Amino acid sequence: MPNLAAVDWMIVLVYFFFAIAIGISLRQFIANSGDYLLAGRALPAWICGLAMVGASLGSIEMLGMGAAGARYGAASASFFGLGSIVPLVFAALFVVPAYYGSKARSVPDYLRLRFDAKTRTANAALFLLGAVVYAALSLYVMARVGAALGLFDMMFRAQTLGSRGVSLLSVVIPAAFVLIFVLLGGFGATMYAQVMQFFVIVAGLLPVVLMGLKQIGGWGAMKASFSAAAHTGAGAPASGVGAPALAAGLGFVLTAGYWCTDFSLLQATFAAENADAARRAPLIAAAARVLLPFLLVVPGVIALGLPTPHTTEVTHTDNGAIYHEIDVVPRAAEQGQGLIPARTDSIAEPAAGNILRDAKGHPLLDYEMATANLLPFNLPTGLLGLGIAVLLACLVGGVSSRIAAVSAVFTYDLYEPWRSKGNDGAREQESKDPSLAVARWAVVGASILAAGLACAMLSVHNMPGLLDLLALTFAVLNAPLLATVLLGIFWKRATGNGAFAGLLAGVAAALLHYGVTLPAGETRGVAGGWITVLHHPPSGLRQNLGTALCAILVNVLVTVIVSLLTAPPPAARLAGTLGAPSFSQLHREKGGKRRSGYIAVALDLNPAALAGIVLLAAIAVSLIFL
Amino acid sequence: MNLDLRIPMGMMFSIAGAVLFAFGLATRTRAELYSRSFGINVDLWWGLGLLMFGIILVGMGRRGQGRIEARKQGGALQKKTKKR
Repeated sequence: MPNLAAVDWMIVLVYFFFAIAIGISLRQFIANSGDYLLAGRALPAWICGLAMVGASLGSIEMLGMGAAGARYGAASASFFGLGSIVPLVFAALFVVPAYYGSKARSVPDYLRLRFDAKTRTANAALFLLGAVVYAALSLYVMARVGAALGLFDMMFRAQTLGSRGVSLLSVVIPAAFVLIFVLLGGFGATMYAQVMQFFVIVAGLLPVVLMGLKQIGGWGAMKASFSAAAHTGAGAPASGVGAPALAAGLGFVLTAGYWCTDFSLLQATFAAENADAARRAPLIAAAARVLLPFLLVVPGVIALGLPTPHTTEVTHTDNGAIYHEIDVVPRAAEQGQGLIPARTDSIAEPAAGNILRDAKGHPLLDYEMATANLLPFNLPTGLLGLGIAVLLACLVGGVSSRIAAVSAVFTYDLYEPWRSKGNDGAREQESKDPSLAVARWAVVGASILAAGLACAMLSVHNMPGLLDLLALTFAVLNAPLLATVLLGIFWKRATGNGAFAGLLAGVAAALLHYGVTLPAGETRGVAGGWITVLHHPPSGLRQNLGTALCAILVNVLVTVIVSLLTAPPPAARLAGTLGAPSFSQLHREKGGKRRSGYIAVALDLNPAALAGIVLLAAIAVSLIFL
Repeated sequence: MNLDLRIPMGMMFSIAGAVLFAFGLATRTRAELYSRSFGINVDLWWGLGLLMFGIILVGMGRRGQGRIEARKQGGALQKKTKKR
């Protein structure tokens, strides 16, 4: 258990203070719903790009990447590197320009412009569901980590709250914080907090990785320690992913759906000041992500490789007196591997619960704790505060991006169509912008829903691994949408009815696949197989790959068939929404304004050249990890 | 948005860095605190690094903010010249 000193809390509070301060100072610039939901569409590319990185590094991904490092080894860094960078480059070249060029205000709004209103509504509803679940999962995982690290004990234990009360509070307090600063500063404050989060991650995790590498004996020793741990019983990584090729395939299908269609990530590109900045934003995000696996995956590998703590008793005599020094380590930590404890059935007090075991009697490892446990192990007081700030900043970044996106989609794609349908006349008389108030209420509603859901999750004992759960929501919600968006951009014959039918069929197919498969060794329920069990994929990730492929194939099939049966879309609809403007066209539009400074010159490169450089760098980095 | 992000972000890193640096300075004689970091006073050095980073950011942000203000004042004028 780490003992957070006053100086640690001071550093954490500095981060929170500035996040709120930004929210307050941006408040004065918000005049209408466009300022609130899309930051006035006036942000430069670097802020949009780094905000995308921040939005994609919520607490789930942050802990999940460490968990993957502990479970699958350093090679999973290549998976995360290429798996995010290739789709990001694809999004920058083809998808984002189509969104921005169509003048849509959200991804569902693009579907309205390209297809029709019902496709938009279906997508908006699915998105709201997915985003709230994601926010709830982020809060849930951080409450678990907070409980395991005893983060909030100091603050709340004194008030005679039980451990359950503490874990509920550790959901409610971050949720309330997110609520306050999104409510104040809108999406602009969210993006600013995400850019700050990116730099806090670098500042906080770089010392962890460097010192961890030194403790374990260097890069080669780290890799060797992983293969050694893999052969001992307790740490046996559930090797379900199998061949790296399969992992890569999984990465591309799932992550392409994520980066090309998830509005909570792409909202930053919609807020860009012009089309050129919107296109550069994903490239900047890709460049920033090249080195992130080093900071996020390596701590997990190090945590697995360090010696497992054991209860020790040292007896020594001093001036005739006999001293017994007993260093008690909880059983869950002793049964674990390295710094990764065994999983127990108690969330509120993980150290006290019964240890969960697999069919062979080996304890199951709580991989999500890998990064979190490494922080107090190798950071001294002071820097530890910065490490905790990283954990909390990731939580805030991930949750606030979803809350802001929910607010935008709810306002633009559900409320505004409903209002214009209901009372056209009344709208003219209103002097104020009612959408702004609705957007603010949507923030409140989404925060409360997410916090409530997270509290409910705390009482579920048998939650599957986080990355598996995340991959599941991608597979069910994003994979079918990817097919719809790509058909919309590249196939001019795709019609509104076709897209609508395809989208719903894709989601239904994904749910069906998820309902009839169950990863080996899991029990029916949240992990799948809730209809009946027909097939046992070797791992949760395999199952999700199947679900995603199923969704995409069914969606494409249904969209194509229904589109060919219905009348082709009118040319006017296709004019602004089909395809993407070419690079040279965008470059010319930008005009002759050249900026000065080295970084600016690098950013002013032709996007195709920038994309090539980023891809080469990503390949080089993944070769180091393999 | 009419606020250059680098100003508040730089201020945050300067203050956090200053706190770390001061703590490192105050505890430089307590070796047991830094036994995990191989006897290196990482608070002191990393704090110094963050402080410098923050100051540079604030400096860049000040310049950027100046440009934003200038654009806001000359905005109407610039638009006219652009059209020509």
